[in-house]
Amino acid sequence: MSATYVVRDSMTMLRRNLRHLSRYPSLALMLIAIPIGSLLLFVYVFGGTLGAGLPVDGGGSRADYLNYLVPGIWIMTVSSVANGTAVAVAIDQTGGMFARFRTMDVARVSVLTGHVLGAVIRTVLALSVMIVFAVLLGFRSGASVAGWLGAAGLALLLAFSFTWLTVAMGLAAGSIETASNTPLVLMVLPVVSSGFVPTEQMPAGLRHFAEHQPFTPIIETLRALTSGAPVGSEGWLAIGWCVVIGVAGYLWSRRELAKVPAR
Amino acid sequence: MTTDTAIEVVGLHKAFGDHHVLDGVDLAVPAGSVYALLGPNGAGKTTMVNILSTLLTADAGRLRVAGHDVRRAPSRVRAAIGVTGQFSAIDLFLTGRENLRLMADLAHLDRASAARDVAALLDRFDLADAADRRTLTWSGGMQRRLDLAMTLITRPRLIFLDEPTTGLDPRSRREVWQVVREQVADGVTVLLTTQYLEEADALADRVGVLDAGKLVAEGTPAELKAQVPGDSTSLDDVFLALTGHPADAAVDTDATTPEVTAR
Repeated sequence: MSATYVVRDSMTMLRRNLRHLSRYPSLALMLIAIPIGSLLLFVYVFGGTLGAGLPVDGGGSRADYLNYLVPGIWIMTVSSVANGTAVAVAIDQTGGMFARFRTMDVARVSVLTGHVLGAVIRTVLALSVMIVFAVLLGFRSGASVAGWLGAAGLALLLAFSFTWLTVAMGLAAGSIETASNTPLVLMVLPVVSSGFVPTEQMPAGLRHFAEHQPFTPIIETLRALTSGAPVGSEGWLAIGWCVVIGVAGYLWSRRELAKVPAR
Repeated sequence: MTTDTAIEVVGLHKAFGDHHVLDGVDLAVPAGSVYALLGPNGAGKTTMVNILSTLLTADAGRLRVAGHDVRRAPSRVRAAIGVTGQFSAIDLFLTGRENLRLMADLAHLDRASAARDVAALLDRFDLADAADRRTLTWSGGMQRRLDLAMTLITRPRLIFLDEPTTGLDPRSRREVWQVVREQVADGVTVLLTTQYLEEADALADRVGVLDAGKLVAEGTPAELKAQVPGDSTSLDDVFLALTGHPADAAVDTDATTPEVTAR
């Protein structure tokens, strides 16, 4: 299998993936609706009270809370798109398409590349919508262009790593229902981190978990990059977690793809 | 018919845990012929097809398919074969034409001749009218026919059909039989599995009776019938005499009952 065919097959698979997106835009809208809905809920329902509890002089406002919240919603957007990837992969696995591809002379990696590249493109689109929405609500960033580029880079890395993890979840699920449930852990974990409220006021055990789980350094890094604050060592921790999650997801995916799904 | 051997299997073993699904199977299929693997559910027919089509690896045995060693040169085997599995493996989000184009692209066919082949196959399988509708809206019979067309568009020299007519109405079954005969007339080798004795009788040059992972009898339909004393002309009697139980006894009660087809 020459490199030319690997690229050509991967592009064929990506075209298929994007065609699915254009054929069913409602699915993509669902995925972006979840983070946007959470943004509205947290800013307008909880935001006044939560803002007052922020460690700002004289207590924060709803606007302060919006600025605090955006990195958490950012992660939730990536998780939401990744959730959709798990479902798409499970449809191919349980519907026999992966088995069909595997009996053809198609590069193994290409079979999954379409899903991974398609998911990254969907993530970029969803994040753009989310950020525009946040700015319309009043989100203001004090970050430089370099800060935003850094945040965009981290978002891409995050999209890759979450996608590989959810590809594996989709392959391992065995049913479409399970595939739509397992990735929910990626939606719930950001809530138990520094994404929605500062960890300082949590009870000791929960606080320990919240401060050391992978999402907190990723969210803190995004928060620093988008607000213009110094990143510090959290940045390396964030990149490290992304790489670990991505590599683990990739290896798990490869193992799952080698199995023949029972039907 | 040439004297080349399209499939050569010596001493094939496959176990899942303690369960020996294939327990020392030997068989040879001459190029350009039809070989039917006959057996009830659970006999090991699908496992056999999965191994020969490179989806599963054998625990032991020497396997050559289309002139290539299955273990050492799986991608050469894949380039030569076409597989239609027990359940339709089609992309339900795409149209019929797009499904066929996807297969043509993955087989690296040139665009102009691929477009011609796609149109010809849509006509041949009576799918032209529905070609540009999403296959999700198609009937089960149409989906099965598309699945078969997707297997044929890459012009494989050897085709595996795993229970190709299970669940089809008598007319659709006759069409599948006709397609098999056309392929063989073009020199293609076909290995099919079936639970229907009449199907093996109607199509196969040689029949192998698989029961609990062992090939308990093999020969032309006439030879198999001759092995059974009395004036039996039915493969049903042959199956009963060779395995000690009627074929239907091991068939799931919820499996589709075959319609009787006049010959």
